[in-house]
Amino acid sequence: MSTVSTARTIVRMPATAKRGEVIEIRTLVGHVMETGFRRAAAGGLVPRDIVRNFVCSYNGAEVFRAELHPAIAANPLVSFTVVAAESGSLEFRWSGDNGFAASASASLVVT
Amino acid sequence: MTTRRQFLVAAAGIGLASGARATPESMREAMRQVTGGAPVRQGRVKLDLPVLIDNGNAVALGVTVESPMTPADHVKAIHVFNERNPLPGVISVFLGPRAGRAQLHTRVRLADSQTVTAIAQLSDGSFWSDSVQVTVTLAACAEES
Repeated sequence: MSTVSTARTIVRMPATAKRGEVIEIRTLVGHVMETGFRRAAAGGLVPRDIVRNFVCSYNGAEVFRAELHPAIAANPLVSFTVVAAESGSLEFRWSGDNGFAASASASLVVT
Repeated sequence: MTTRRQFLVAAAGIGLASGARATPESMREAMRQVTGGAPVRQGRVKLDLPVLIDNGNAVALGVTVESPMTPADHVKAIHVFNERNPLPGVISVFLGPRAGRAQLHTRVRLADSQTVTAIAQLSDGSFWSDSVQVTVTLAACAEES
């Protein structure tokens, strides 16, 4: 499993699966998820800084996408499932406020 | 120099900003934007959320929808809404038959005791939902850390 990103990412999923098996993928990205509703000590609101989007692509095709709101806790965890269709790579991309971008990829061997 | 009137107007603005919250009405409005006014039926969706929450800053939330997840009959989207956070939206996910199961887990912030609702949009255009009434002891995002 290789990881290319500007933030810490964790992807947990099996490395191998039987064809047609449904596998669970658990992802996490390090991010404060500043809501934009908190008040700073000096007064005024702390500006919003959140991860807005998460996309999982399986051999180039999008299989799962999420839109996050400030109600998602810090270090957003998103867990979902995919069907192990063929061997290949899964790409995970997060994007958000202030140009935030992170990505990770994992390979899956389907037998 | 700030006149008394300017100060009062500014103070009222701050009051409004800090008082801005999602309400049951704004949650319904956010749901309407997703459903386009289509009827939402109870059932098929299971929203997993603890009923009693000590700390609203990170609450495990799970949604599962009963669906064969075939190209002809699958869940297209799952949306989660709340009543009393500053904004009604929590998360929206978009999936299809390649997901295999209509299942989602994440961690959310809950600012107060309230009702949380999950809505699933199926490929036949129908909407299904489930709601959980939660009690939150320590609210999320109320004070600076």
